[in-house]
Amino acid sequence: MSERTIELEILRYNPATDEAPWYQTYTVPCQEEWVVLDAINYVKDHLDSSLSYRWSCHMAVCGSCGMMINGEPMLSCKAFLRDFGRKIRVEPLSHFPIERDLVVVLDDFMEKLPRVKPYIVRDQEKPIEEGEYKQKPFELYEFKQYSMCINCMLCYAACPQYGLNSEFIGPAALALAHRYNKDSRDEGRDQREEITAAHDGIWECSFVGACSEVCPKAVDPAGAIQQMKLASTMDWYLERLGGVGARVKRSLSSRRTSK
Amino acid sequence: MSRKPFVRPVPATTWYMRNGRYLRYMAREVSSLFIGLYMAGLAMGLMRLAQGPDAWNAYLTALSSPLALVFHVLAFAFATYHATTWFNATPKAMRIRWGDGYVPGPTVVRAHYALWGLVSLVILVLVGVI
Ligand code: SF4
Ligand code: FES
Repeated sequence: MSERTIELEILRYNPATDEAPWYQTYTVPCQEEWVVLDAINYVKDHLDSSLSYRWSCHMAVCGSCGMMINGEPMLSCKAFLRDFGRKIRVEPLSHFPIERDLVVVLDDFMEKLPRVKPYIVRDQEKPIEEGEYKQKPFELYEFKQYSMCINCMLCYAACPQYGLNSEFIGPAALALAHRYNKDSRDEGRDQREEITAAHDGIWECSFVGACSEVCPKAVDPAGAIQQMKLASTMDWYLERLGGVGARVKRSLSSRRTSK
Repeated sequence: MSRKPFVRPVPATTWYMRNGRYLRYMAREVSSLFIGLYMAGLAMGLMRLAQGPDAWNAYLTALSSPLALVFHVLAFAFATYHATTWFNATPKAMRIRWGDGYVPGPTVVRAHYALWGLVSLVILVLVGVI
């Protein structure tokens, strides 16, 4: 195992003593196979115990270790040191207020997420005696990708629209809305559209596509949002077609077999 | 200890300078400006055509000025950039079922190019170029 030394430049902010964030540089002896999170853990354990940051799983599952690494939103447990130079700049995720050091305030997302009803909505629940809701392989395939989200917020840190207008529902919440819209067991799309197709929903997206490029789980929120734009545009026209439109809409949704 | 979250402002006019990804996006958006200008020129041509042969000939002469040529080369370059970026983005929005999956992205993109070629061909035939 070879060792090398890197310089970590970390944005620090202590709400009790600092007026504004500032950079502090640490010299860290690293192992070749380390990720950025290992280097930060080294700082915490050996150099400066006052450093605050979030992490838990160290395996790109919990979604809590997102940071800006050389200006790019990344999971610090998935960012290998060998892919960077000797100097690495680490900052809290962009577009979120800084609570302290690398910890950001996530209240905004926590408030938005339930608004898109990220759960299965039924007009009427089937009694338990009637058994489970069955799905065909393709019906699972249709939404599975969008269910892989780990709420790491990298997409919000990458999205310039969210940076400019924090009212925007944003990539991950919209992708989750799409995940349930696409689920053959769900009947809540009309209810979700009240939020997703409203002013701060999908139409706030100008398809920069940055969210999908930084997503560590290949969720492709940009794709989900464009598909929702298509669906909601179709709805708009069908609604204006009166009875014929309503019939087309019904037949489109009754293609879902496993109601 | 009371909370005092620090909000970093996003520069409203220069935000797209922050990285290459945003710059490419802005280039795509700006390209539509050139397409808009080109369309305005085309509409003006139609107006001149309706006004009679003199007006039309003056319009043609204006088109062959160096400035107009430079503009058209630029507009063509931007239109190509605009079209290719959007064509390449189509698979994200167009999910067409194919068995237990979707038509692969590259196929969707190629279909767009094929259709583009076909439409161009029909137009060229219609106007008698080929
Ligand atoms: S969509 Fe991707 S980038 Fe966004 S929160 Fe979910 S996993 Fe993270
Ligand atoms: S520590 Fe869990 S995703 Fe990085």
